[in-house]
This record gives sequence, structure tokens and C-alpha cells, in this order.
Amino acid sequence: MTAVRLKSIEKSYGTVKVIHGIDLEIEDGEFIVFVGPSGCGKSTLLRMIAGLEDISGGTLEIGGEVVNDVPPSKRGIAMVFQSYALYPHMTVYDNMAFGMRIAKEPKQEIDRRVREAADILQLTDYLHRLPKALSGGQRQRVAIGRAICRDPKVFLFDEPLSNLDAALRAATRIEIAKLGESMPGTTMIYVTHDQVEAMTLADRIVVLCQGRIEQVGAPLELYERPANLFVAKFIGSPAMNILPAKIVVTGAKTTVALSAGAEATLPIPTPESAKGSSVHFGVRPEDLTVTTGATQFIIEGTISIIEALGEVTLLYADVAGSTEPLIAKLPGNQPFKRGDTLRLTTDPARLHLFDADGKAMR
Amino acid sequence: MIAASRRSPLTFVVHLTVLALVLLWTLPTAGLLISSLRDKDQISVSGWWTALVASRENAVFRAPGAEAQVEENGRYVIRGNVFDGGTGTVSAFGDSVQTPTEFKAGETATLPTGATMSVAENGDFTISSPQPIPEGRGERIFYTRSVPPQFTLDNYREVLSAQGLGRSFINSLTVAIPSTIIPILIAAFAAYALAWMKFPGRALLIALVVGLLVVPLQMSLIPLLRFYNDIGSQFGVSPKGYLGIWLAHTGFGLPLAIYLLRNYMAGLPKEIIESARVDGASDFDIFVKIVLPLSFPALASFAIFQFLWTWNDLLVALVFLGSGNDQLVLTGRLVNLLGSRGSDWEILTAAAFVTIVVPLIVFFSLQRFLVRGLLAGSVKGG
Amino acid sequence: MQQLLFALVTIIAGVIGCVAYFVASNWLLDRIFPSKGRAGAIASRNLRIANMVRPWLFLTPALIALTLYLVYPVIESVWLSLHGRDGQQFVGLNNYRWMIDDGEFRQSIFNNFLWLLIVPATATFLGLIIAALTDRLWWGNIARSLIFMPMAISFVGASVIWKFVYDYRPEGAQQIGILNAIVTFFGGAPEAWITLPFWNNIFLMVILIWIQTGFAMVILGAALRGVPEETIEAAVLDGASPLQIFFKIMVPQIWSTIAVVWTTITIVVLKVFDIVLAMTNGQWSTQVLANLMFDWMFRGGGDFGRGAAIAIVIMVLVVPIMIWNIRNAAKEMEGR
Repeated sequence: MTAVRLKSIEKSYGTVKVIHGIDLEIEDGEFIVFVGPSGCGKSTLLRMIAGLEDISGGTLEIGGEVVNDVPPSKRGIAMVFQSYALYPHMTVYDNMAFGMRIAKEPKQEIDRRVREAADILQLTDYLHRLPKALSGGQRQRVAIGRAICRDPKVFLFDEPLSNLDAALRAATRIEIAKLGESMPGTTMIYVTHDQVEAMTLADRIVVLCQGRIEQVGAPLELYERPANLFVAKFIGSPAMNILPAKIVVTGAKTTVALSAGAEATLPIPTPESAKGSSVHFGVRPEDLTVTTGATQFIIEGTISIIEALGEVTLLYADVAGSTEPLIAKLPGNQPFKRGDTLRLTTDPARLHLFDADGKAMR
Repeated sequence: MIAASRRSPLTFVVHLTVLALVLLWTLPTAGLLISSLRDKDQISVSGWWTALVASRENAVFRAPGAEAQVEENGRYVIRGNVFDGGTGTVSAFGDSVQTPTEFKAGETATLPTGATMSVAENGDFTISSPQPIPEGRGERIFYTRSVPPQFTLDNYREVLSAQGLGRSFINSLTVAIPSTIIPILIAAFAAYALAWMKFPGRALLIALVVGLLVVPLQMSLIPLLRFYNDIGSQFGVSPKGYLGIWLAHTGFGLPLAIYLLRNYMAGLPKEIIESARVDGASDFDIFVKIVLPLSFPALASFAIFQFLWTWNDLLVALVFLGSGNDQLVLTGRLVNLLGSRGSDWEILTAAAFVTIVVPLIVFFSLQRFLVRGLLAGSVKGG
Repeated sequence: MQQLLFALVTIIAGVIGCVAYFVASNWLLDRIFPSKGRAGAIASRNLRIANMVRPWLFLTPALIALTLYLVYPVIESVWLSLHGRDGQQFVGLNNYRWMIDDGEFRQSIFNNFLWLLIVPATATFLGLIIAALTDRLWWGNIARSLIFMPMAISFVGASVIWKFVYDYRPEGAQQIGILNAIVTFFGGAPEAWITLPFWNNIFLMVILIWIQTGFAMVILGAALRGVPEETIEAAVLDGASPLQIFFKIMVPQIWSTIAVVWTTITIVVLKVFDIVLAMTNGQWSTQVLANLMFDWMFRGGGDFGRGAAIAIVIMVLVVPIMIWNIRNAAKEMEGR
């Protein structure tokens, strides 16, 4: 059992609290991704799991054992760093063997495991090179190989792809996904600020903001049912459009009036008391479609910017009641020009409603 | 200086200015080196910049007296060579101090006594008289000679053996090498602790090191001298000795060593250290296997500094070492020579060059590290 | 040779001793507070204790050396400066009172201020100019190397070199010092530069400037190269002349480095001793504090009280720079 259990984990530097009581259960063999904007505490949380940062409060269990005061090397973890952190004065072989040599493993065993890892990662030809003689992608693989050699129960990744260029990043992402599948008994914890990595790699995603968990869930769950405004805006690109609205009809279905003009009815139940209250109305750019009918539209605006990307066209429209432009992501080329009036509609099931505090209404 | 000036006519001026500055900076040392290789008589009569051309000098030679005369064809003749075994070319000569260049070489002069005197270019002279030359001191021959440039290692032979510089050279080595190595070891551990270990009071200690960086050595001399004297009388040993100066240099070198190494080590990527920690390395392992090998440039820089400093030091050696032959270092010896042989430039120049040759070799072969160390110590730190 | 062997043995013994100390103390620490194979709570408690103690194991030798050779002497000097010549009898501020009335001391203070005024400024300025001039020269590296070279020469060696430059022969005789040779070449009368009151101070300073300019040049050269190319290009586009670019764009950007170089040379100047000892030993009104202090240490069997008092004066002059340095270091630490 190598489940990782965080119980009201806290971290403060002096009087500044950066992690506020995180509760999280990570199951055995799960691939979990911490995602959030920079400064949200995701790396700190990972480093606390690794044992590189002291835990100010709460308990951390790995495999059912409290490890708050256990040094990193005894926690059964391995970590891949953003900068790879290869030892520059050691060959690839020595880099991978370093941990086992420290642990005084027998020589043959070290050799066997290094060669095995090198084989998996196609590094066999480079074993006797120094890191500086390797390309970025190869260094990244050495860093992963070094972690594999430790035969960890929990595998930690700290933004491992952010130093690679776009093409290499995609390729390595796929390799990491394969690696995750090939090690079913190993729990993977992966930190990134890139939602594509999060969406593609994760069994479950943990969205963090300012030291708190905003939502935990499977990738598509976060996309389809964001628990709050933050997650709604963070997951998906371009970000979800949020418009101010007022509830006009309550009941099994709710109707809201948009300052952008029209009314919309959503399949979300609301209590009677909510009538008249201000809410946030959310709709994803890709869920919007253009309508020509004069009465069918939900939102109306004036096109200010057109970004034709070929496969899709992004339309930015100024709408009443919002300072930010509304974005619509439409397929292919669209016959619009600046200044045109844009009328949009959507499937009511794909609409989101958030209360004044930003919590999703369901 | 700037891209635009590369093509401007100013470039020529820049070249000239730099050339002038470089000359200004190297000529004094060049003069010393050239002089140290010159003949000791030449040093005192002509500037070193004339060393490459033949020098002219006025000299006087006293011919042998009457006992040397031989009778030849009825004339009494004294023959000989004004150089007396030396070499040179006579260009002019004369018979009195007022007219030392009256006659050209090869001409014949008539002396007031009636005798004739001639000096050939190669220095052979003939004094010839119709009467026997009376008893008395020999005739003085004034002549001007030009001497070809002469270079010799005699001065070095002289200072290394007779003036004791050879011994002092060994003494200096004895002081400098341990004084370089011991502080590196001690400082490296302390620097690691200050850079990568967390403990209360760390910031305070770093501030202390920075503060001690500028404490004048002079502060320490009297208290330490008293301390050493106390220890010496306590244990019945001489307070002046190598162990004492090694430790003193260690103490005085430590602030810079710790400061330089800490700055360098703190600049190593944090993730490498953490990675080693995850790999199970203890602090001791990390220090020995990761930080120390990676800090080699900083270690080298400091080693060069400390070596130059201890080799070139005079003050600490004067206070903590004895003045006997077995303890006097090169700088001390040179100061003594300045006092006792202050105008014997052949000794001083050769001795000075002996003292600076090791630092110069170190400097030119390891300049890269020296510059790097300077930058680490000054630009980053302040 | 035997002596070198002795040195070699000491080095080896010292190195082994140091390493043995660190290994043994670490091993002992892990022995006293074992964390392996102990129950969780005890293991983590022991680990915490061991991690608290370990930094001090690393630091102890350095701290002992620093305390004995630098911290204790500073305190002891203050105490000694209030005592008589052998450090036994308390004399209050008498040593300081003596100092104020002493002509030689006043001369030294005056000279020291002269040095402080002239040497750092000149060396920094020359270093800056040379760094800028040699930056784009194809033979700039060689030029810099040669100008940097005096850094490696001892103050005593440099003194001999320059004493030779300043050498004086009576008028009419062939001058062998290059300075007098040049003066007589242009029809001047030779001078005994070293004994020329007041100006001889300048001639001694030249030696230190000669040594320190290379240092300033290296540091400022690196700083100049660190100036972002874009700012210079922007200035070129704005129509600035090379001189304007240098003084209005580049120099302001390396101001903090100039300050560092300046203060570093200032410290060297305050401690200058060897040059004065070797050139004049303080005669002809060239005395400086450091040499005066050395003088009192040994003069007439040594007057430790007065020597220490003079040392305290040097220390007081250094303190502002020390505080400035510590503040800068603290600021930089916060940034990390």
C-alpha cells in the first residue's frame, strides 16, 4: 500500500501562511496532478511530500506511515526536478547510480538497475557522457532514469517539462504517460502550471489557489463541472466567459437575465429565496454558436477583434455590463468583420451558474 | 568601447593611449628584470634602457712602474693592456684627468717627461722613453672605452648563495603552502554549513564573516604576539615558529575564504543539492561528493589569493617569525637588503626578481581563476 | 630541505587531522543520536537533534580560528589601548591623549587621509578608463594582463622596483633611475624624489596605485561588460556620442560596482605598511598609521599600549565600511 494521505497539511514561513490545511487522499498507483497559477503552493506541497520542506502542521502519511519527520531518502520517493538537477561532474551512469551507491547496494545490482533504466529510456549509448554533452530531452530522460533507479513507491515530478521546447514537450509528455502506465503500482504526483499536461496525464487533478484546494476531480469533470469560478476560469482555453446576471425565475429550472440583453433558462434548480440575487453566468467560448434568428439569441455584442487561426476563429465581442470582451470560439472561417453585431446561443445544459461568492450552483 | 567607435578615427588614439599605459605599467618591472641580468659595474654607470647598446665609460689605468721597463733598441719601454684581462674597445685616451679624450686610439701622445704613449683599440698600450724611466708610481692612462652589452647570471648566483635568498626561498615556500591549504579545508566546511544548512544564528554568522573581512590585520598583532609569548613561556618553546605563522595566516585568511566559498556554494543550483538529499546523501556525503567537486573554481581562486598573499606578506612574517637564517622569508630578506645594501642595485634587482618570480608564474598561469575569484568576491558580494 | 619536509608532513597531518575531525565528529553524532532502526518518535527526535548539532560541527574549527585570530584581538586591543606599555597598568585614556599631542601621529593621520583621498580615486578612475579602452581592442587581453600583473607582486618587491625608478644620482652623473633620466633629458635637474617633503607621499602612493589599478580594471571591466547591450544601442540610436554613452549610460549602471572597488582599495590603503617601511620607514614625513603602529610595537622593547591605541584608530576608520558591507550583504541575502 503506497497511498499518500495528507491531513490538514499546513506550511508557514514565519507568520506567513502559504498552505492552508490541505486534506487529500491519493490512492495507490494513481497519477495525480497538482495544477494552479504560480505562487499557489503546488510546488511547496510537492516538496513537503518529498521531505524537502518541513511540514508546519498536519500529518503526512505515505503507505500508512506518518512520515512528517522522516528524511527524504527514507520515504520511498523519487523526484524529477524542473531543472533536472543532474550532477554536472558525474557521467550519466554515475548520476543514476549515485543514490544506490549512497545506500551501499551491491555493485551488480546497481549495474543491473542502471542498465535496465537506461534501456527503457534509450540512454544506453550515453551512459558515459557528462550531462553537459546531452541535449535537453536527453537530460530530462536521465533525470527520469535516475528516479526510476531508485525504484520508488511514489514518483514526484516538479514541472519536468517546462524547460523543453514545445515539440519536445509534447513528445516527452507522451513518454511520461506511458511510463505511468508501465508502473501501475507506483503513485505519481505531478506538478505543473500547464493545463494541457494536467488534462492529458492525470487520473485526477488537484486545482490549487493561494494554498487551498479549489477542486479535486477527473480532468473532464473539472472541465464540465467546475466547482467554482476559479476552476471554471482556470481550466479550458480560452477561459470561460463570465457575465453578470440576475435570477428572475426560480424553481426546478432557473432563468437569469443577462445585462448583455437576453434571458437564459438553465436546468439548475434554485430555491425561491434566490430570486433577484446577483449571480455569475458562465459559458465556454467553444460552446457558443452563432444564431441568425432575431429572438433565439442569448447574448448580443459588437465584434471588436477577430483572430482567424484556420481551424477555428476567435471572436472578441464587447457586451453590455462587462468590461472584459466575450470570446466565442467558432469552427473554421467565419464571415464576420469588425463592428458586426454578434448574436450567440448555446445548449442550456452547457451553461454554468455561480453564486455571488463564486461557488457553482447545481 | 562602443560599437560605433570601432570605425572612428579615435581608434588610433585608443591604441596609442593603451600602449602608453601598458608601457607605463610594465617598464618599471622590465627595468628591474633587465638590470638584474646586467653586469654589476654597468648597472651603476648607465641606465638599464641602454643595456642593449654598447656603453661608453671613462676609466683610468695605472701602468706599472719603472720595474716593468725593458730596453728595446735603446728606448725604455713599458707594455701592457689597459683592460687588465677585461674586454672592450678603446676609442680615446689621454694622459691627464683634465684631458681624458685628447687622443684617438692608435695615436701617439707625447708626455711632459718626453716619453711617448700610445693606446691601441684593443687596449694594448706602449710607453716608450729615450731615458730609463725613473722609479716612482706608474703613469696613469685615462681612456674611454665602449663596452658591448653584457648579460650575466652572476647577480643571481650572488643573491641566492651569499645573500641567503636561496634559503629564504625555501622558508617562503614553507610558510606559504600550509598557510594556503589549511584554511581552505576549514573554510570549505564552514562555508557549506553557512550556505546549505539551516540553523538559528546563520545570518548573524554570515554578517560576522563579512564584518571580519575588513578588520585590519594590525588589530591582531599585539594581542596575538602577547598570546604567543605566553604560550611560548608556558611550554618552554620559542613563540616564533612556523606552526604559529601557519595558524595566523589561517585565521587571517578565513573570512575571505569562507565568504568566497559560501557565495559560490550558495550559488550552486538548489535542486542538485535537494536531488542528492532525495537520493539519500547525508550532509557529509553532499559536501564531499557534490559540493566540493563543483566548487573547484572557487577553491582554486581562493588558493591563488591566499598563496599570493602569504608569499608576499611581510608584516605577519616580521611579527610571528624569527629573523634567523632558518626563518627569514623572502620579503623580509629583501627589506633587510634594502637597509644594508640600499645602493647595490645588482643585489637588490636580482633579489627582488627572485621574490616576485613565483607569484608571477602563478599569476600568468592561473590568471583565469584569479579573475573569477575577484569577481565572485567583489561584484556579487560587496 | 628538511624544513620543506616538515612543512609537507604538517600539511598531510593537518589535512588528515581536519578530515578525521569532520568524519569522526559526524560519526559520533550519528552514534549518540541514532535514527536508523529506532521507533518512529525516537528516530525523528534524534534526527532533529542531530540536524541541529551538525552545522556546528562543520563550523567549529572555523569559529575557533576566527575568534582567536580576529574577534578576541579586537576586544583585547581595546583593553590594551587603555593600559601601559606592558599591558599591566591601567592608564585610562592616556595613550589617546598622548596620540593627539604626538607630532608623528598627526603627521601619520594627515598622510593617511592624503592616501585615502588620492589612491582609491586614482586607481578606480584609471582602472575604469583602461577597462573601457581595452574592451574592444584585439590585443586588449594582453594589455589587461600586463596591467593586472602588479597585483601578483609583493608590496616590498614593488617598492624595490619603484625605488629603482626613483633612483637619484648627483647632478652631472649618469642617472640610472628612469624618472631622473627623463627629467635630465628634458633639461631638468635630478631630484631625490623620496626625500622631497610632501611630494614624496605622492611618489609612494604611485606604487600602490600601480598595484591596485589592475584590480579595479578587472572588476570594472566585468561590470562594464554586464551592462545590457540594448541600453547602449538605444543610446546610439538617440544620437549620443561615445563619451556621452560611456559617462551617461554605462558608468551610472555600474555605480554600485565602482563603490565596491573604491571601498576595497580604501581598506588596502588603511592597512598600507610594507611600502612605507621599505621605501622610507616613515622618514621625511611619510609616516602612516600602520607603520607607526608597527614601530611602537617594537620601539624600545615595544609599547603595546600605544601600539594598540593606534590600531584602534585604524579600526575606527574601517568601521563605516564594515557596516556598509554588512548591510549590503544582508540586503543581498534577503533577495535570495
